[in-house]
Amino acid sequence: MSGVSPDELGIIALSLRVAIVSVAFSLPVAIIVAYGLARLDFPGKTLVDAVIHLPLVLPPVVVGFALLVLLGKRGPIGSLLNEWFGIVFAFRWTGAALASAIMGFPLMVRGIRLSIEAIDQRLEVAARTLGGSRLWVFLSITLPLALPGIITGTLLSFARGLGEFGATITFVSNIPGETQTLPLAIYTFTQVPGGEAEALRMSIFAVVLSIAALVTSEWLTRRAQQRHLDDRG
Amino acid sequence: MIEVDIEQRLGGFHLDVKFVAEAPIVGLFGRSGAGKTSVINAIAGITKPRRGSIRVNDTLLFDAARGIDVAPEKRRIGYVFQDPLLFPHRDVESNLLYGQRLRPPADLFIEPARVIELLGLRTLLRRRTQTLSGGEKQRVAIGRALLAQPRILLMDEPLAALDVPRKTEILNYIERLRDELRIPIVYVSHSVPEIARLADTVVVLSEGKCLAVGDVDAVMGRLDLKPVTGRYEAGSLLDTRVTGHDSEHQLTTLAFEGGQLVVPYLDAAVGERVRARIRARDVSLALLRPSEISILNILPGRVRSIDHETGPIVDVQLVVGAATLTARITRRSLQQLDIHAGQELYALVKAVSFDQRSVGYA
Repeated sequence: MSGVSPDELGIIALSLRVAIVSVAFSLPVAIIVAYGLARLDFPGKTLVDAVIHLPLVLPPVVVGFALLVLLGKRGPIGSLLNEWFGIVFAFRWTGAALASAIMGFPLMVRGIRLSIEAIDQRLEVAARTLGGSRLWVFLSITLPLALPGIITGTLLSFARGLGEFGATITFVSNIPGETQTLPLAIYTFTQVPGGEAEALRMSIFAVVLSIAALVTSEWLTRRAQQRHLDDRG
Repeated sequence: MIEVDIEQRLGGFHLDVKFVAEAPIVGLFGRSGAGKTSVINAIAGITKPRRGSIRVNDTLLFDAARGIDVAPEKRRIGYVFQDPLLFPHRDVESNLLYGQRLRPPADLFIEPARVIELLGLRTLLRRRTQTLSGGEKQRVAIGRALLAQPRILLMDEPLAALDVPRKTEILNYIERLRDELRIPIVYVSHSVPEIARLADTVVVLSEGKCLAVGDVDAVMGRLDLKPVTGRYEAGSLLDTRVTGHDSEHQLTTLAFEGGQLVVPYLDAAVGERVRARIRARDVSLALLRPSEISILNILPGRVRSIDHETGPIVDVQLVVGAATLTARITRRSLQQLDIHAGQELYALVKAVSFDQRSVGYA
């Protein structure tokens, strides 16, 4: 097997960009939503919970189609975003990132929520009596204690983003250099006579990327726990 | 000074408590489920009463009618919970300083160095909280609450999770806090020995209501509160001063208004105030002063009242000098000796019936 070709490198780079951007934008939202579901009581909580979990149970193609209808250039939300902010998702790599973010969101929220729920709530109460505002207690107690869950949730969502296929191809199509991520490229090669070898190479890249993500997450978790111990302030 | 007048519904439990207490240590006493924790949670601002007001040291913290509800982080009330609740991701020092770092410099009056020395935490500072023993954890929790610079310290059964040697250790530390930092403490407990040893004023709670407030000796000695204070633990408290040590026999003499007590050696200087608790079942009665007897404490007194409860056991309230003493004897002895109110007699207390837990610095 020879070195990685520029075309292949472009596909890998695009896949990473899509997955990283999707995770970076969804993480803050996921933390807030997970905290809300774990710690607050509000009307419609069950509904919010159900809506967040929808991408997990719906066929990805349906999610992609919904995005296309809502966020397409003429869609009710897409047209407004374009008009007001000049933001276009349809048939752009940003759309692929959005599709990845939505598909990975329930996994991310779930991981974070579980780790927040596992924190003894009395620790937060104790911190309040010691003079911490609600926000400071969240930042100094809840967030660091939930860190392992945040890392796990991020990894799951990142991996889901790398592998995202159905919603992406439906929403932003399969445009080389713009929206053709690794899974889409693999699919394309399997449709071309004699493309199996290239599909295999691409699949190996996908495996390597996934393992690298897993190892990084393990390393981050361990480092986070180590930092807690060394933290003097 | 603590003024509480609150009404609160917690599930099926109705809390309706009103009391005013001022003392270096206020004991909040009652059986489990009496509402003790609910009261201090309301004082700390963790829960919100439906009606009423809470005032600590002339600062209004809560007033339902006027819509005042100071946030817990702004109340400056130190809370030591039953469990230490140390932050597991921070070491001991970082736990200790958590609250102090959040207070404006103008509010700082308790020095970290002083608290660390007072609670013996110097060698623990770099330790992870998971490696501490139960007693050490509770000491760190107390230090952390103190360094948040509280106006008042609430302690919710801080000894409940500890074994007996640790309990004695923490009790000594709490007494040092009271004497050296002069910070008012509300001490919640269902244990008569703990309340008797620490508290000056006691608030007795039962089923969400306040039954009595007053001097510990007076309130805990009341026979009508026996269903709450418990028959087994009945006793009386004497405020005494150390008058001398007998180093040969390792004994200490304590004087109170109207008599003196000999107790096993006590590590306290002559002149120091010491509180002695005498359990009613450790007091015997004699009509004549006995001689040639091993009992070292023979106190002349007069019968004030007799608790006429049916059953084999009777409590006799005695006046000894200015103090009240309860003797627990059988009904048979009462009848055989024909003991009645107003009678002069002698109360006998073995010196060995005093232990570490019944004698403490006042």
